[in-house]
Amino acid sequence: MSEKSCDTKNTCACAAAAANVQDPAKRDFMVLAASATAGIGAACAGYSLIASMEPADDVRAMSSTEVDISGIAPGQEKRVTWQGKTVFVRHRTPEEIKEAEADDKKQMIDPATDASRVKAGKDEWLVLVGICTHLGCIPNRVPEGWFCPCHGSHYDDSGRIRQGPAPKNLAVPPYKFISDTKIMIG
Amino acid sequence: MKNRFWRNFDKALFWFEHRLPIQSFAKHQGEYQTPRNLSYAWNFGSLAGVALMIQIVTGIFLAMNYVPQVDHAFDSVERIMRDVPFGWLIRYVHAVGASMFFGVVYLHIFRGFYYGSYKSPREVLWWFGVIIFLMMMGTAFMGYVLPWGQMSFWGATVITGLFTAFDEVITGLGTGVQQLLLGSFSVDNPTLNRFFALHFLLPFVIFGLVFIHVIALHIHGSSNPTGVAVKSKKDTIPFHPYYTIKDFFGFGIFFLIFAAFVFFAPNYLGHPDNYTPANPLVTPAHIVPEWYFLPFYAILRAVPPIGIPFTSIVFISSKLAGVIAMFGSILIWFVVPWLDRHPVRSGAYRPVFKWFYLLFVINFIILGIMGAKSPDGITWGIPNVIIGRTTTFYYFVYFLFVLPLLSKVEKADELPESIYEYTKKKYGGNIVSVLALALVMGFSGAATANETKEPVQVNWSFDGPLGTVDKQSAQRGFQVFKEVCASCHSAKRLAFRNLQELGFSEAEVKALASQYQVTDGPNDSGDMFQRPGRPSDRIPGPFANSKAAAAANGGATPPDLSLIVKAREDGPNYVYSLLNGFAEKPADVEIPAGKNYNEYFPGNAIGMPKPLSDGQVTYADGTQNTTDQMAKDVVNFLQWAAEPEMESRKQMGVKSVIFLLVFTVFFYIAKKRIWAKIGQ
Repeated sequence: MSEKSCDTKNTCACAAAAANVQDPAKRDFMVLAASATAGIGAACAGYSLIASMEPADDVRAMSSTEVDISGIAPGQEKRVTWQGKTVFVRHRTPEEIKEAEADDKKQMIDPATDASRVKAGKDEWLVLVGICTHLGCIPNRVPEGWFCPCHGSHYDDSGRIRQGPAPKNLAVPPYKFISDTKIMIG
Repeated sequence: MKNRFWRNFDKALFWFEHRLPIQSFAKHQGEYQTPRNLSYAWNFGSLAGVALMIQIVTGIFLAMNYVPQVDHAFDSVERIMRDVPFGWLIRYVHAVGASMFFGVVYLHIFRGFYYGSYKSPREVLWWFGVIIFLMMMGTAFMGYVLPWGQMSFWGATVITGLFTAFDEVITGLGTGVQQLLLGSFSVDNPTLNRFFALHFLLPFVIFGLVFIHVIALHIHGSSNPTGVAVKSKKDTIPFHPYYTIKDFFGFGIFFLIFAAFVFFAPNYLGHPDNYTPANPLVTPAHIVPEWYFLPFYAILRAVPPIGIPFTSIVFISSKLAGVIAMFGSILIWFVVPWLDRHPVRSGAYRPVFKWFYLLFVINFIILGIMGAKSPDGITWGIPNVIIGRTTTFYYFVYFLFVLPLLSKVEKADELPESIYEYTKKKYGGNIVSVLALALVMGFSGAATANETKEPVQVNWSFDGPLGTVDKQSAQRGFQVFKEVCASCHSAKRLAFRNLQELGFSEAEVKALASQYQVTDGPNDSGDMFQRPGRPSDRIPGPFANSKAAAAANGGATPPDLSLIVKAREDGPNYVYSLLNGFAEKPADVEIPAGKNYNEYFPGNAIGMPKPLSDGQVTYADGTQNTTDQMAKDVVNFLQWAAEPEMESRKQMGVKSVIFLLVFTVFFYIAKKRIWAKIGQ
């Protein structure tokens, strides 16, 4: 060790050296570089922990629900669960379809044609995610369509928002007909 | 002059500081006067704190996905390994982290034993340390039960069974206590559930105890390698920046070792049997605790019945004596400050003590090695029982006899005038401890020995730090699995969608899945029904449940193969050897009826008939379909099935190790530059 010994002859330098020992004020560049490296490491570790909270692979795997629609008469609807959400599968009557299509050109909060919300040639089948786009309650069936009891959103026979605080139409989930009596949602 | 933003910031800081002085508290802690001559042996305290933090943080994230119920626990851990993003990383950090935590704590304790850290005025500091160690052991024991593997279950059975030893003291006392702990008549769901609750709780209790431990330390300050107390300010330096930077360098070394295990050998310190789900009806051949419990496990098993020699009069059974000795071996640490009353604190200045201490360390390592061995065996030409009893004997002799005797008779070396006068740095005792630790951890990897033939060693493409699975081979292996193995074995942790990682397209996977019938329901009539499989389904096994599987296979359930290469010692080589290892039974060997002779199966009598023969599976890519080739292919498939994360784990490992090398070098240089200010 090369430290000068602190003897009584050299009190000023000794005090200064002692002060330096007790309070080395200048920040060394290497310390900065090292601290930055530590910060990067901590950030990477933190990222992996937070990312682990994302939906896991098994949850993400496209879960699908098969629905047997043979038992649903015109004017009836069935509620099924898909990805944990309620889905309405409605067999519309010709009157309901006509009313829905007639409103296509009307002023709407979230404009959409009825045809865009059903499958071609199968417009009697309406498949909707039964979750109000306002704050998530499940709307009830009423003659004109659906009505959400929580804050009074009115949806028509195509599931489009017509009145009330909801900003968007009831969502149409991805689905397809795997036969005339079965649809696959998701 | 600072700009307005920073002046306002300073004002806000001052407002807060006036109400809760965090900044000045931190500054005051940083000014804590520390002896200037602390060696690297003094790094282990902060390392233990870091290890505790890592365990708590990873533990909480594991708890977000873990299910503490007997039918789901094992599966939930596998789900974390396979489906949760970075789940495998969090799990391995937590598992390896427990070993790292014990590693640094042992080094911390052995530093204490060598340098007399337990002596006045630090007795209470020492006591809190021992309590923390006891809490750690409880926490680790309960944590190991949670995955609900074979070792989890049977380790819990053995350790909770210890309490029945107290039935000899008062009839029914031991069993009563045992049932109270278990919540049932044997290790079962109530046990698992409460172990989870307590395993979650105890680390926070430990955190509180560590807080008190540090407060107790700060009352009289740290000791130092000379054992000579601080006499003036010349002897000390402020903790910050000298020891903060030195601690960070220590963290770098710690993380490097940690990363080497996590990314390249995550299961080295564990036991393959814990990758087999718990089976209350089948006890593993060798029940072994984790390496950090081995010395105490050896003591537990070593003690003979206490009675009158050469008669059959027994006062205390071997069982009870073992339990008392095991608990006693740690409780004795509480009274060490009164067993060792030598006026010289540090072992560095006690020439006789040094040798006994070295012997104690070596003795402790040998105890650890014995803890992993079968009591029937022979090591280095001596029966294990003799070694175990001798080392247990010396363990207690050291504390009860050597230390008190040396306190009276040892003539110590001359102590330095003060820390300041001290110039020489000594690392001797601690190199021994580090080497010792490395030895114990190394030996635990070779804990189980087989009497049957050692598996053939193959050079797999996935071996080594940069190894990858041969995907073509694994695809062929999947075909072998599907056409041969799957008639009896399931691989239920694999989902069809996972097969895309092997190179199958989405369409191929969909087509493959739809070939299988999967049970679903209930439908609207309340019945369960069969439907074609989908990519999100797991590959169905050939039997409805394990009882059906056993019934169809002469009482022996063919094991699920998803984890088989992790669930067997030297798994890939073992499975490969086994598949090639069916042979004619030698004339002088007897095997039970219905079993088949296999050179590599422990005990040689395996329930499975030879599954593979030349030409059995026709490969689409034209590869030669010999038994050997099929065995290799199916092992590649099974390796991928057991560890789908292996490649990304090794890649992340390479990046992490390079990063940590940079980190460690940076902090080493920074440490040298800061310490140069005081010429050290």
